[in-house]
Amino acid sequence: MLQIVKTETAALQAVNDFVVKFANVNGSGSASANQLFAKSILRMGVPVAPRNIFPSNIQGLPTWYEIRVSEAGHLAAREGTDLMVAMNPQTWDQDLASIRPGGYLFYDSTRAIPASRFRDDIIIIGMPLTELCNAAYKDARQRQLFKNIIYVGALAALLDIEIDVIEALLKEQFRAKEKLIAPNIQALHMGRDYAREHLNCPLGLTVRRSGALGEHISIDGNSAAALGAVYGGAMVAAWYPITPSTSLVEAFSKYCAKLRIAPETGKNNFAIVQAEDELASIGMVIGAAWNGARAFTATSGPGISLMQEFLGLAYFAEIPAVLFNVQRAGPSTGMPTRTQQCDLLICAYASHGDTKHVLLFPEDPHECFTFGAQAFDLADRLQTPVFVMLDLEIGMNERLCRPLTWDDSKRMDRGKVMTEADLEAGKLFGRYLDVDHDGIPYRTYPGTHPSKGSFFTRGTSKDEFARYTEAGTAYVANMERLIRKFRTAEDLVPAPQIRSADNATTLGAIYFGSSSAAMREAQELLAGQGVDLDLLRIRAFPFNDDVRHFIDHHDTLFVVEQNRDGQLRTMLINELEPTPAKLKRCVHYDGTPITARHIIDLIEAHLPHRSAP
Amino acid sequence: MTFLPKPKLHHPELAENALGYTRRDYEGAISTLCAGCGHDSISAAIVRACFELDLPPHRIAKLSGIGCSSKTPTYFLGNSHGFNSVHGRMPSVLTGANLANRDLVYLGVSGDGDSASIGLGQFAHAMRRGVNMTYIVMNNGVYGLTKGQFSATSDKGAKSKSGAINRDEAIDLVGLALQLGASFVGRSFSGDKAQLVPLIKAALSHKGPAFIDCISPCVTFNNHQGSTKSFDYVRAHNEAVNFLDVIPAREEITVAFEPGSVEIVRQHDGSLLKLRKLDDTDYNPRDRLAAMSFLAKHREAGEIVTGLLYINPEETELHDQLGTTETPLNSLTEAELCPGSAVLAKLNATLR
Ligand SMILES: Cc1ncc(C[n+]2csc(CCOP(=O)(O)OP(=O)(O)O)c2C)c(N)n1
Ligand code: SF4
Ligand SMILES: [Mg+2]
Repeated sequence: MLQIVKTETAALQAVNDFVVKFANVNGSGSASANQLFAKSILRMGVPVAPRNIFPSNIQGLPTWYEIRVSEAGHLAAREGTDLMVAMNPQTWDQDLASIRPGGYLFYDSTRAIPASRFRDDIIIIGMPLTELCNAAYKDARQRQLFKNIIYVGALAALLDIEIDVIEALLKEQFRAKEKLIAPNIQALHMGRDYAREHLNCPLGLTVRRSGALGEHISIDGNSAAALGAVYGGAMVAAWYPITPSTSLVEAFSKYCAKLRIAPETGKNNFAIVQAEDELASIGMVIGAAWNGARAFTATSGPGISLMQEFLGLAYFAEIPAVLFNVQRAGPSTGMPTRTQQCDLLICAYASHGDTKHVLLFPEDPHECFTFGAQAFDLADRLQTPVFVMLDLEIGMNERLCRPLTWDDSKRMDRGKVMTEADLEAGKLFGRYLDVDHDGIPYRTYPGTHPSKGSFFTRGTSKDEFARYTEAGTAYVANMERLIRKFRTAEDLVPAPQIRSADNATTLGAIYFGSSSAAMREAQELLAGQGVDLDLLRIRAFPFNDDVRHFIDHHDTLFVVEQNRDGQLRTMLINELEPTPAKLKRCVHYDGTPITARHIIDLIEAHLPHRSAP
Repeated sequence: MTFLPKPKLHHPELAENALGYTRRDYEGAISTLCAGCGHDSISAAIVRACFELDLPPHRIAKLSGIGCSSKTPTYFLGNSHGFNSVHGRMPSVLTGANLANRDLVYLGVSGDGDSASIGLGQFAHAMRRGVNMTYIVMNNGVYGLTKGQFSATSDKGAKSKSGAINRDEAIDLVGLALQLGASFVGRSFSGDKAQLVPLIKAALSHKGPAFIDCISPCVTFNNHQGSTKSFDYVRAHNEAVNFLDVIPAREEITVAFEPGSVEIVRQHDGSLLKLRKLDDTDYNPRDRLAAMSFLAKHREAGEIVTGLLYINPEETELHDQLGTTETPLNSLTEAELCPGSAVLAKLNATLR
């Protein structure tokens, strides 16, 4: 059954720098085998960026798992597959088409496939996986599951991955179910031995042990954000399930069960409620925050749409709510399990009336954690909703990042809250009084004092002492104070980060969130082509003066984002009033994660044509 | 928790309750509702109930949606924090507030439009979730604040002020509350203080979701001939099943009860509900299914059954189901909330 076909095209050769893609059927149990494969490369110290591309269904539809192996640490997606593990006949043609010339195809050769369905510019590696499994196992489920492990064993031989590393991982994975260790290792060896005996090992693509990984950890953004919520002191979570945000609350619940149980009583130092819809989940968050708890919800675009009315109330009533918005393409189902950065405008200006909201843009799980915790301090300090803007790409994929860190000397900032003692000492309390001239008033928690400090919360129609009034002057004064408060926020939110080019340049790029890895790679590649580009990564809204200066100091700015309309560009123009033509809209929004190639193509389209040499 | 004694600056003739507060301490701003509006009578009943129960005013949180009815929290309990939220969504805001601090008394006030029309979903889910609260709907069968359109509790065949006939079936919130698991369900009439005040007192001392549907005529838009929520109509069709007396936990029980006609229910906080049966049927407020069928039958006949319709003093509430710590969550400190850097370092190690 050996089917190595020698082709005219030179086979790809690379060490620690290639893309492997697995094409599977959803629900076939391939996910954990594919993760095992990715993790084994990580354990050899080589940076790896895995990605799930999955349908909006539980069983039967095609799924892909893509792994970029990059010694240089490029974690963005990259076009083209170097090694395709084609396990899904449904997507065969499409999968074959994605292989780069000189690349490799690994497939199950149990059933003969007509020669016309192959390509002659790739290296074809057939292995009779089904036949091997049928011979070794009787049970249908075992045949399916071990088939996955067998191909991992074969790939280890083909790519020179250390088999001990995989064995160690299997032992960790089945620590609680020891019985399963031996059969898994046996299947792994079966795959490896077959490959060694029948296939040309190793391929031109190999993994070599490296020190490139350093201290880095690998975690998905949703889990990291959930940990951020735990560390940030979140007490109440209310939510309604929606991909890709569901796993954030699930992770919060898992971490709380470990880290938030009162030792003496075994009771929960937290409350999580699955609400009946997103209106109720944000309502609960607002009620809890009004009552002095740190509270959050996690959702995605459709949920944000439903929350609009409440978000306006929270803005006007100055309630510190935290929202994790894991963005996806919308609406409906299907595309929504693909990534986008498409909710900037609906979050920044959510609701009726004049509103502006604080947004944070983490670039990776490390920042999902830090910003996730910081969001609670900011919300309390600013008494307003704070959105942590993730997307499916960082939320649901395991991503290498710096280890999570926490400063134990740091205290929670509960913001301006008057206590019973303050009130008793006769401190003047006006709920909407700007005593410190930063636009931020004091609040009291319900139940603080028998006769002082209580107030009635309503959206509008109030004076500085929260007394009912419909006077226009009081309304305007309050709205102007809210703008003052938003200006105060500029210096409290994470500042933008600048990565200057090696040479002075008039070209700049502005980007945020999950575009980060691709943008940095594009900067390097462009520099190699003689195009110098300064980078500014927006980490929050409102924008501060650094953003204004960056725009002022460059002639042309490429605003790179993953939505159709250039929403960040719109916000920059709206808030900072630069010459709009200076800001070039560079958008990628087909649901696939942005790559360096996409960015370079987008930028080059705006560059004056360089004459041929 | 410290409760400061109230400074004694009162009018010498005003009676004080056990905490030294007078009725004034439970009042709010002057009402701006129409003169004669049923809602104002309910506000007054709330003031009296809280005064008589000796509740520290600041330990009550009052929340509402939007509507004339939802404006009333301004007109009672001026020393309590209040929240006028958005139309139909008071239940979720109150649920969140309750999650944050289980030690306060939660009073939710809503209208029939607020709870049966736009907010039916949130009403239903607060009941089934078992939120510890008193939920009062000031039910006038119309949208008062938007000038008299039919609401979802308006009876089929009822006539609007302009002569239009309501063709849609009415939603009976009492029936829904019973079905959805409210552990205290009552109905009353804003014009019957003697019935309403004890009912509110019982609800406030109840643990779990306590729902009161209070018929509250809108004198401006729904008090005419042909309305089934007018003062005259409700008086003529009111069928009270029992008379309630609330004996707070701290009061020693000295009265002797004649057996048979009186039922005593001990609530979770130790208070006693003394229920005197009023009609000749053998109405049992402990039997949920019987209550449902009794109410359905009488509704068919056009009667408005009032009184304490159902009570289960043993039911659990949301915090019991969630296993929340006894300490109000909003007062947890860093030590209880933040696991610290050592835990994080261990976590990092598992992620390599
Ligand atoms: C989202 C939304 N839609 C519509 C309104 C307008 N509105 C205000 S009050 C009200 C009806 C209130 O009726 P009800 O709850 O019965 O209170 P009532 O005034 O009768 O006491 C409506 C429709 C609103 N405030 N918000
Ligand atoms: S309109 Fe009706 S409900 Fe509103 S205040 Fe007047 S009488 Fe009351
Ligand atoms: Mg009404």
